[in-house]
Formats: sequence, C-alpha cells, structure tokens
Amino acid sequence: MAYSFPEEVLEYVFAFLSSHKDRNAVSLVCKSWYEIERWCRRRIFIGNCYAVSPQIVIRRFPEVRAVKIKGKPHFADFNLVPEGWGAYVYPWISAMVRSYPWLEEIKLKRMVVTDESLELLSKSFKNFKVLVLSSCEGFTTDGLASIAANCRNLRELDLRECEVEDLSGHWLSHFPDNFTSLVSLNMSCLGSEVSFSALERLVSRCPNLRTLRLNRAVPVEKLPNLLRRAPQLVEFGTGAYSAENQTDIFSNLVEAFSGCKHLKSLSGFWDVDPAYLPAMYYACTGITSLNLSNATVQSPDLVELIIQCPNLKCLWVLDYIEDAGLKALPSYCKDLQELRVFPSDPYGAEPNVSLTEQGLVTVSAGCPKLQSVLYFCRQMSNAALITIARNRPNLIRFRLCIIDPQAPDYLTLEPLDTGFGAIVEHCKELLRLSMSGLLTDRVFEYIGTHAKKLEMLSIAFAGDSDLGLHNVLSGCESLRKLEIMDCPFGDKALLANAAKLETMRSLWMSSCSVRRCPSSNVEVMDERGHPDSRPETCPVEKLYIYRTVAGPRVDKPNFVWTMDEDAVLRLS
Amino acid sequence: MERAAVYDNELNLKATELRLGLPGADESEKQSSRNNKRSSAEMDDSRDKDEQESAPAPKAQVVGWPPVRSYRKNILHQKNESDLSGIFVKVSMDGAPYLRKIDLKVYINYQDLLKALENMFKCSIGVYSEREGYDGSEFAPTYEDKDGDWMLVGDVPWDMFITSCKRLRIMKGSEAKGLGCL
Repeated sequence: MAYSFPEEVLEYVFAFLSSHKDRNAVSLVCKSWYEIERWCRRRIFIGNCYAVSPQIVIRRFPEVRAVKIKGKPHFADFNLVPEGWGAYVYPWISAMVRSYPWLEEIKLKRMVVTDESLELLSKSFKNFKVLVLSSCEGFTTDGLASIAANCRNLRELDLRECEVEDLSGHWLSHFPDNFTSLVSLNMSCLGSEVSFSALERLVSRCPNLRTLRLNRAVPVEKLPNLLRRAPQLVEFGTGAYSAENQTDIFSNLVEAFSGCKHLKSLSGFWDVDPAYLPAMYYACTGITSLNLSNATVQSPDLVELIIQCPNLKCLWVLDYIEDAGLKALPSYCKDLQELRVFPSDPYGAEPNVSLTEQGLVTVSAGCPKLQSVLYFCRQMSNAALITIARNRPNLIRFRLCIIDPQAPDYLTLEPLDTGFGAIVEHCKELLRLSMSGLLTDRVFEYIGTHAKKLEMLSIAFAGDSDLGLHNVLSGCESLRKLEIMDCPFGDKALLANAAKLETMRSLWMSSCSVRRCPSSNVEVMDERGHPDSRPETCPVEKLYIYRTVAGPRVDKPNFVWTMDEDAVLRLS
Repeated sequence: MERAAVYDNELNLKATELRLGLPGADESEKQSSRNNKRSSAEMDDSRDKDEQESAPAPKAQVVGWPPVRSYRKNILHQKNESDLSGIFVKVSMDGAPYLRKIDLKVYINYQDLLKALENMFKCSIGVYSEREGYDGSEFAPTYEDKDGDWMLVGDVPWDMFITSCKRLRIMKGSEAKGLGCL
C-alpha cells in the first residue's frame, strides 16, 4: 500500500514514545508497525526474568541499547525466598554479549550477579555506560574492580542495597587515571574502606559528577575535601557522620556545604553526632529529598534539620521523629509528596518511641501533595484511616505496617476493615497497597469493589476464607502483582480465577492453605520435599505463579517444583 | 492456667518442644496459634500488663514479619565499628542434603538466630543452658571458630560469637553430648 508513511518517518515518531506501554501498544497496530517498532526499540523492560528468555527478546528486538530486568519476587527482601532459588543474570549477559555489542545500560533488581558476569560485561560492551544494581547479590568487590578497570566510558555505577561480599576497598583504585566520565557513584552498601586519596583524585577529575553516595567507612573528616572538589554535586550521601572531638571539622563542613549550591538530595548519616548536623543547614534550601533512615538521632535534632528544607518532597526517616516531629511537617515542608517512616526497633516487645497513628494523620491533613506513604507503627484505628483517606484522596501508594500481626483497632478492638475500605474507596488512583492489622474477608469485599486502579497488593495474616482472595482476583481489574503471606486462602479462589492469573505478572502465596495448583507455570517451593510426598491435606509451603512465554525453567534448584497440567489432573 | 497458655503463645514454646512427627507437620497447630493470637488481642488491659512483666523477651518471630530489610533490622544495635557488609556463614545440618548460607549480622541475639535456624531447617533445637548445653534436644547448634575448634553455640557473648564464627553445623543431639560437658 502506498498510503502509509515511509519507515523513517514512523521511526522518528516512535522515538518520542518513551513509555514501554505505549511502545507495546504501537507494535500491536499492524504487522508493518510491529516490524518497524521492533527494529527501533532501544530500551527494554523485563518485569520478571522468567517470563521470557534472552533468546526470545533478542530475536524480537535486535538493536537494544538499554535493558532493565527484575528477578526475585518482592518478598525475597524479607528472606522468604530460599537461597539458590534463581534469578541469575549470567545467561542474559552472555546472550547479550553475542547480540548487543553496543549495549550501554543494564539495570537489575533482585537478581543474582556473579563476578564472572561483571567481568564478562566489562570486557564485552565497549560503549558501556550505566550499571544500576538494586537489591542484587552474588558478587564481590573483585567484580566491581573489573567494572572500574574496563568500562572506559562508564557514567553510572549505582549499587543500591546490594549484598556484596566485601573483600577489600581496593576496587575503587582500579579506575584508570585517564577515566573522567563518571556522573554517578553510589557505593553506600559497601563495608570496606576505599583509598581516600584514590577517591579524592577520582572526584577531582570527573567534572560531570553529580551523584556521590559514600559508604559508612568514609569518616566525616574526609567530607570537606570531597565536597570542595565537587561543588556541582546534586545528590550526596555522607558516610559515618560523627568524629572524635576535632574542632576544625565543623567549620570545614560548613564551608564545604555552603559551596555546594546545587544539592537536591542528601542521604547516608550513619552514626550521627547531632552537633554536626547544623553544618548542613546552608545546603538545605534546595533539598527535595532527604534520607535519614540510617540516622539514629533523637527527635529535636532530627526535626531541626528537616525543617530547614522548605522544598522537601521526599522524606525517609526512622520512627525517632515521633508524632511531635511529624506535626512540624505541614508547617515547614508543605510540598511533601513521599513519606517513609521506618522502625528503629522492629522486634522490641514494647514501643521505644512515641510514634502512633496520629503522626500520619497530621501529615495527611497538612501536606496536600502527599501521595506516597510507607509507615511502620504499633497502633492504628479505623477512625484514623478514615480520616487519612478523606484528607488525602490523591494517595497513590499506601503501605502500612502495624508491627504486631493482626493488631485490631486499638480503640474499638474491631478489625481494620472499614479503615482500609475507606482508603480504597476515597483514593481512586491508588496503585499500590500494603495492609496489616486485624482484617477479615470484609476488607477484601471493599478492595474488590473499589480498588480498580490497584496494581500491587500485599497482604499478611488477613482474611477468613477463600472468599477474600476471590474478591480481590475477580474485582481488581488492574492487578498485576499480588503477594500473600500467612492467610487462610486455599485452592478454590485460585481455581475460580485461573484466567485472571494470566493477566497478572505474578502471584506469591506463602504459609497459606493451597494444596492444588490451578494451571501450569506454577512454582512450588517446598524444602520438605516434593508435594506428592506428603499427605494430600498438607498445604504447600510457598507458591509462586507467573505468566511466561519461556516454558518451564531450566535452572530450578531442587526445592522448586513446577506443576504441569498432568500433575494437576493426577492430584484431582 | 489461662495465663500460662497466653504466655505460651507469646514465646511460642511449642515450637521448641521435642516431639515425634514429620517436619512441617505442625500446620494445624500453627493455625490454632494464629486463632489464639486473635483472641489474645481481645483480652483486657490488666492481663496484658501481667504478660509484659512475665514475658520480657521479644515476641516469637515469624519469618518475613515485620517486613523489614535485613540491613535495617539492627538499627538500634548498631555500633560505630560495625559496617553494613554481612557476616555470611555456611550452615549445615546433619542429614540435610544441602547447605544454607546466613548473614549473622541480621540477628540480634542467640534466640533470634536459633529461631531462624529452626525455621530454616524445620528442626527443634531447644533451649541453651550453661551446664547442660542443649541436652535433651533433637539437635544442637555448633560452630567452628577462628581457631578451627568446634564450639557449642551459646557459650560466649553474642558479639564475640558473631566475630569468631566461621561456619555453623547443626548436629544430632546424641553427637553433641561431648561438647556440652567439660
């Protein structure tokens, strides 16, 4: 047909589509658009590394420059996925080495990355620029040395919350003397001390450095030297923020921080000595993101720092902030969008701080832009949740963790069903919800009825029967990820909603009452032995269901069984 | 009588009880203890206060709850000299087909560690006593220290233990008898 645009024009238009959803939609329009789109797709996002194989991806998209892959299910963060489960990146890297020689960017989350993978990557991709490893594990500082030594054009090396086997800090010294392209370095999760002189020289010779997140081993005395060499920094993470009685340090810090006129984000703050916090005040006017979740400092000093930041949009803090500190936020940080309050003593029997539901209620009342909440506390009431919901219908992420499992409304001793019901009813754009406390099947009725935009739901110790799960699966139209632990949900809801499971990325169920699995692509994790080896009435330990075009895994450990259709027929 | 039962739920003594039966065959008990948890929440305040006084230890921990990342677990117990990198040691159990690996930094004390091991290997380890070790338990936890000697877990202070432990082995109780007595 002569009526369509020339390919080059379509390619040019497609280049403006940055979202994966849009590009996927475009590829479905017609065969010729599918072909054009797949040749010009440069960025790929794979939400579950087992949903597709490297070969399938490469066959469809031959000219990719940037890859983002996620591996283990979210509950792996809380030690629920046994070690050796999978999510190895090596097969991906070795396949991409052959087919994407010009790959520039790799971003991984919850994957197992070996030194071998890092070395292969560093030696094979000549134009490699960005490596972001988020919650990954399996590598040592030797792997980092390969990256430093071989990636001549590296711009970003970002290790977020990774478990790295720390052999030494020597890896940093492997950046060559003529290496100047660094834009972002995040080594905050590492333990060993790096050579300070190597670090200073690296910072000095990289004029485009805008993100520098140090690790705890960098003492506060070293900060002024580093900051003076990089006054253009936009994001900065300190190391341990205290020192043995040295009087010069404070004035040096003040001078160094006032020289940094572009700082927007601060983090680090291990071992804080409150006396050194005011040194930062000069840098605070531009701050939009403050991560104090390592700062074990008490409320008055903590709050004094936070209220210096009138443009604060994102605050991560420990519960040392207490209700009193949170009360200050509406007055001083009116633009707050994201709040995360972490527990300082999650396993203590008694509360160690005065942080209750009131803190969250006051922030919800006074910060009109608040849209994302993660809050750990020890008591909650339906009244508070209803108030929060009414105050903030613009919430898109609401994750509440009441530390005592199945804690009821502390005022009425009732379940928290109506409270969470109010959240889903008022917050019509809610994308992510994590619930806790005493919850019956009723809350799932509310969720199924109202949470139409909800994409991710996390549940623990909730519900009474399969009806709860059924309401979620049948009602939540946008649901992509569902994770459940310790709920009395069994087979019925899964069987009744088997088709729904194929529209979702994944479902995780651990310590529930599931015995039969509804379809293929189901992984059963059971360290006690094959499901068939136990009585029929015995539930499986962990269930992970995900859709895939790649067929059964070839790298399963011996405690994972995939249920095929035959097995399902045999069991029933 | 009732008070003792509630105390039991708080510390989950049942989990450390020596009993016959296949590992993992305690699902029904777990269900009932969850139901008990519901009813204990409805008790009046005065009884709750009594519980607190007689049960000073942290509540029995469920794996994965509260949902806190490993590196955040020990915030309260952090010291200046400790760093974020983990102390990973291999754990073997007599009779188990493969080893596990754990990060000792994640645990706050012996009780925390032993509960995690019991969960991981579905075994019952019991309670440590200075004189008897883990006498009477089906399994006893031992470790290899920096000098290469096999020691009983629990003898030395926790902080000394995590810096000197190189690997763990959960031995059958009968074999561990020799370690328990001096």
